[in-house]
Amino acid sequence: MRVGVITFPGSLDDHDAARAVRMAGGESVALWHGDADLRGVDAIVLPGGFSYGDYLRCGAIARFAPVMQPLVELARSGLPVLGICNGFQILCESHLLPGALIRNDHRRFVCRDQRLRIENNETAWTAGYEVGQEIVIPLKNGEGGYVADVRTLDELEGEGRVVARYLDGNPNGSYRDVAGITNARGNVVGLMPHPEHAVDSLTGPTTDGLGFFASVLTSLAGR
Amino acid sequence: MTRVVVDVMLKSEILDPQGKAVHSALHRLGFDRVASVRQGKRFEIELDGDATPDAVAGIEQAAGTLLANPVIEDFTIHVEA
Repeated sequence: MRVGVITFPGSLDDHDAARAVRMAGGESVALWHGDADLRGVDAIVLPGGFSYGDYLRCGAIARFAPVMQPLVELARSGLPVLGICNGFQILCESHLLPGALIRNDHRRFVCRDQRLRIENNETAWTAGYEVGQEIVIPLKNGEGGYVADVRTLDELEGEGRVVARYLDGNPNGSYRDVAGITNARGNVVGLMPHPEHAVDSLTGPTTDGLGFFASVLTSLAGR
Repeated sequence: MTRVVVDVMLKSEILDPQGKAVHSALHRLGFDRVASVRQGKRFEIELDGDATPDAVAGIEQAAGTLLANPVIEDFTIHVEA
């Protein structure tokens, strides 16, 4: 299975994401923000970082990069897409996911190993986890506060579209402790913490993050 | 050349951590009559030509597409004389 990882100017975690794909058993394909060509990949990761310097709003300019036009179309017809951190911000700016990410309520950058609870294992990216499973993966953001209006939040909760929730204290002011959400179809997932940094016990706090990358390969194989 | 100004503000129900930081800094400086601060963005756009209804409508579309995120922000547009 070929999983594309997009590099924008200012992306930081594209190499870690590509490595996580390979460690899970997939083939990683480097995609460039300026190419309106997805090279026929089976799934896509939008990595963390500071695309376009976070100018205007995080993800606002990346959303209109040439590579995003075919991505938005294919995501709407079922292509698995995982947006991590800045990638999550880009997915919200693209309106593939509802809500938005704003500056942390405590106004400080947060960087820590974060405990999460997986709440939905029916998405393309979380099928390998158990519902209620607790995992620990790194979290590092300055603008990671998930916000949406009450109706949207109720809808997300009612439809089971909160994918992961923060445990042991809310690190950034996200409404209802939301760490990640999915679209109705379950192919598009946005996650603020970083599973790609928790795939190797040498460098990560755990290997709990590998499941996101393994899940999508299994989901694709089952099609 | 005509100037069109787009002002973007976070919606009132969205927390504004930057505004809060500015507010507490003002208090530290002794500006204790300040009750609250919210921070926004101002875009000054020079039009190539007059601010015809069409041109202003184009800016309005640009504001709703890129300059503001309607999920969390409101915007206003005015043409400067």
